[in-house]
Amino acid sequence: MKARVFVTLKSGVLDPQGKAIHHALEGLGFAGVNDVRAGKLIELDLAEGTPQAVIEDMCRKLLANTVIENFRIEQVG
Amino acid sequence: MRSAVVVFPGSNCDRDLAVAFEQVGGTKPALVWHAETELPDGLDVIGVPGGFSYGDYLRSGAMAARSPVMRAVADAAARGVPVIGICNGFQILTEAGLLPGALMRNAELAYICRPVGLVVENSQSLFTSRYEAGERITVPIAHHDGNYQADADTLDRLEGDGRVAFRYAEGCNGSARNIAGIVNANGNVLGMMPHPERALEPAHGNTDGRRLFEGLFERVGA
Repeated sequence: MKARVFVTLKSGVLDPQGKAIHHALEGLGFAGVNDVRAGKLIELDLAEGTPQAVIEDMCRKLLANTVIENFRIEQVG
Repeated sequence: MRSAVVVFPGSNCDRDLAVAFEQVGGTKPALVWHAETELPDGLDVIGVPGGFSYGDYLRSGAMAARSPVMRAVADAAARGVPVIGICNGFQILTEAGLLPGALMRNAELAYICRPVGLVVENSQSLFTSRYEAGERITVPIAHHDGNYQADADTLDRLEGDGRVAFRYAEGCNGSARNIAGIVNANGNVLGMMPHPERALEPAHGNTDGRRLFEGLFERVGA
């Protein structure tokens, strides 16, 4: 089974990389971009039947820093 | 005086820190590889050095914080052994949960490498007793991820409890409240982005960092 983990900065946490991407988009002439937030996508190939709770544990212990980041797990197939 | 400096793959300030410990403390520190599960007995001071442990993969300090030796460092810190984490060492200590908050990408995104002014906020700590409160010193920084962030409650608690050890005299990396270094609640763990070991002897151009080690080793009775 596969799972995708989306790691995003918590709202309210300043995102310097998102800000830079935003500026670059504006520099390319794309108008109407209100805000950009950058995050990470981590794809996991897991043993069949890995419980959701175990994946959450992985996120809390390593994949996300819950001081500044949120995570969302999407099980694929 | 027994000290140790932890070494991770990608550490690059481990030898500088070992020189500082030896020059000021009088004895060579043990260099302890990250895969070790135990530290030498009876340590007076533990150093977590700067560098780019594990290539900063995932997040700066994230991998190193989960390495076997850090369990031993956490146990020693819980017993009250002084731990100093500098630059990547500070990032590792926050990732390991030994210090609150997180170090994010510098606000202007640039890697910054230059001497900066610091204000010593608390001269009562284990690490700052040789400084005057409010004193301005100059110590080099060299980091990409030094932007200290924590929630407002945590920041208020750090300030209220006198746990901000050093503050940038002028904003440089976007850190909340210009925080450059903090100590834990028990006062025996310090994390700071600036490099006091690079301001140790006249050849460095500045010796403002030396008093940190002098104060620390004096307090631990070395």
